[in-house]
Amino acid sequence: MSPKKIVLRFGGDISDKPIIYHLAKDYDLVFNIVKANVDPQKEGTMVLELTGEKYDQGLAFLQSQGVKVQPLTEEVIINKEKCTSCGACTALCPTGALYLHRPSMEVDFNGDDCVVCQLCLKVCPVRAMEVRF
Amino acid sequence: MATEKTYAEINAKIKAGKAVVLTAEEVISLVAEKGVSRAAREVDVVTTGTFSPMCSSGAFLNLGHSKPRIKMQKVWLNEVPAYAGIAAVDAYIGATELPEGDPANSNFPGEFRYGGGHVIHDLVAGQPVKLKAVSYGTDCYPRKELETHITLADINEAVLFNPRNSYQNYNCAVNLSSKTIYTYMGVLKPNLGNAHYCSAGQLSPLLKDPNFLTIGLGTRIFLGGGVGYVAWNGTQHFPGWQKDSEGNNYGPAGGTLAVIGDLKQMKPNWLVGTSYFGYGASLTVGLGIPIPILNEEVMRFASVTDTDLCAPIVDYGEAYGQRIPGNLGYASYADLKSGTIKVNGKEVPAAPLSSYPKAREIAAILKEWIQKGEFLLTEPVQKLPSPKDGLTANTLEIRV
Ligand code: SF4
Ligand code: SF4
Repeated sequence: MSPKKIVLRFGGDISDKPIIYHLAKDYDLVFNIVKANVDPQKEGTMVLELTGEKYDQGLAFLQSQGVKVQPLTEEVIINKEKCTSCGACTALCPTGALYLHRPSMEVDFNGDDCVVCQLCLKVCPVRAMEVRF
Repeated sequence: MATEKTYAEINAKIKAGKAVVLTAEEVISLVAEKGVSRAAREVDVVTTGTFSPMCSSGAFLNLGHSKPRIKMQKVWLNEVPAYAGIAAVDAYIGATELPEGDPANSNFPGEFRYGGGHVIHDLVAGQPVKLKAVSYGTDCYPRKELETHITLADINEAVLFNPRNSYQNYNCAVNLSSKTIYTYMGVLKPNLGNAHYCSAGQLSPLLKDPNFLTIGLGTRIFLGGGVGYVAWNGTQHFPGWQKDSEGNNYGPAGGTLAVIGDLKQMKPNWLVGTSYFGYGASLTVGLGIPIPILNEEVMRFASVTDTDLCAPIVDYGEAYGQRIPGNLGYASYADLKSGTIKVNGKEVPAAPLSSYPKAREIAAILKEWIQKGEFLLTEPVQKLPSPKDGLTANTLEIRV
């Protein structure tokens, strides 16, 4: 069984709990943390690659703990034609996937660091960030 | 001997293809190397640029006469209302106007995906725009309603007229409150989570001629990818010098420009419809101004750097909205561009809303136009108010 990529989003109240530990211990799941991010308000996003017999039970456990689980089938991309390098997204992107080259101040996007939170889709003033399914 | 050049002398050199033109960024290193006097002698023109959301923008359109005629009383362009309280088929489409029935902030924070700025962008991009108009009918203008499509090429005149553009300087916005706020300075995270500033700093036109020695009424400029002019001072034009209580100087602030130009020659990449999450729609305008280096004084100002220019740090969590005066200190553009500033002792990530790379591109295009002899400089027909005039803002009192 090949690993599936999923995005977990959790609020501050549960980011302290050892939920990932339970996934391994109670459900025998093998996981690989692709990306993890917890912002100052402790709202976190994590991208996991997950395999194991009890995959569905594991997901049900996560949901029972208040974690939002979503398959990672969406991808955020930058439309370079539209992006004006204004920079408005760069202090908001939680992972630094959108960042400024200094001192040129050109904005760049590194898809490997993106956790598909889609915040940039809302804050980009010229709609240069797009989601692909 | 001190350098003194006239507009006529500089234009003669431009026509002969001999003018020395540098961007406001390039001139900094030249002055650092050779000093102000020599640089003033050698350089004829310094070009500036800015590419920022400028809400006080819009366009006058003459839509042409239908058969039978209509005295357009209300006008919509792609459902966005345009002001039609002028002659029969004239209208003004303002950048921040929202489509009829837009949910705005009723589902907070609103997305503001389309507005007057987007209509202007679509027109400039050559897109057909839906025109709707209604009227009460008169003997000379019998038609009462109309629905059709227009393009920028079809209509008679289209004149971009922006009553307040090119802010000399702007606040660096932070949020001291404990909740995320959605402002015209972008999304500001609680408890000093981020800082947003909106200026090209050392490339920005009015920061490089703070005493309005050369920029005045009639100055020919780069506007929206075409040629425009300074039409007047902008609204809320209160130029001055930023000082703290100890009298330290933090550079110029407060000047604005009203600008005008033929929309038909402008380009969609320099007039971009803009949406501010939770705030509204706007237009991002590309604007560049050439500064003729008439003398050393002009050169000294034109060559100031991001280290000398500062933005006041203002709390948008409460102080701005409640019109509480004062600020949380100043941050130089050099510090802001480094990506972190210190506010109330805390390291705060700083990000721009104004595109520095596009500002640089505008200054370079203007430089090229001048070098090719296509763009001559104009002497202002009238000077604009400068810091020595001491203009200050009136506030609006609520009288019952
Ligand atoms: S979706 Fe946008 S804001 Fe979120 S991580 Fe990816 S690039 Fe950053
Ligand atoms: S906010 Fe949009 S236009 Fe601005 S830098 Fe980010 S992606 Fe580019």
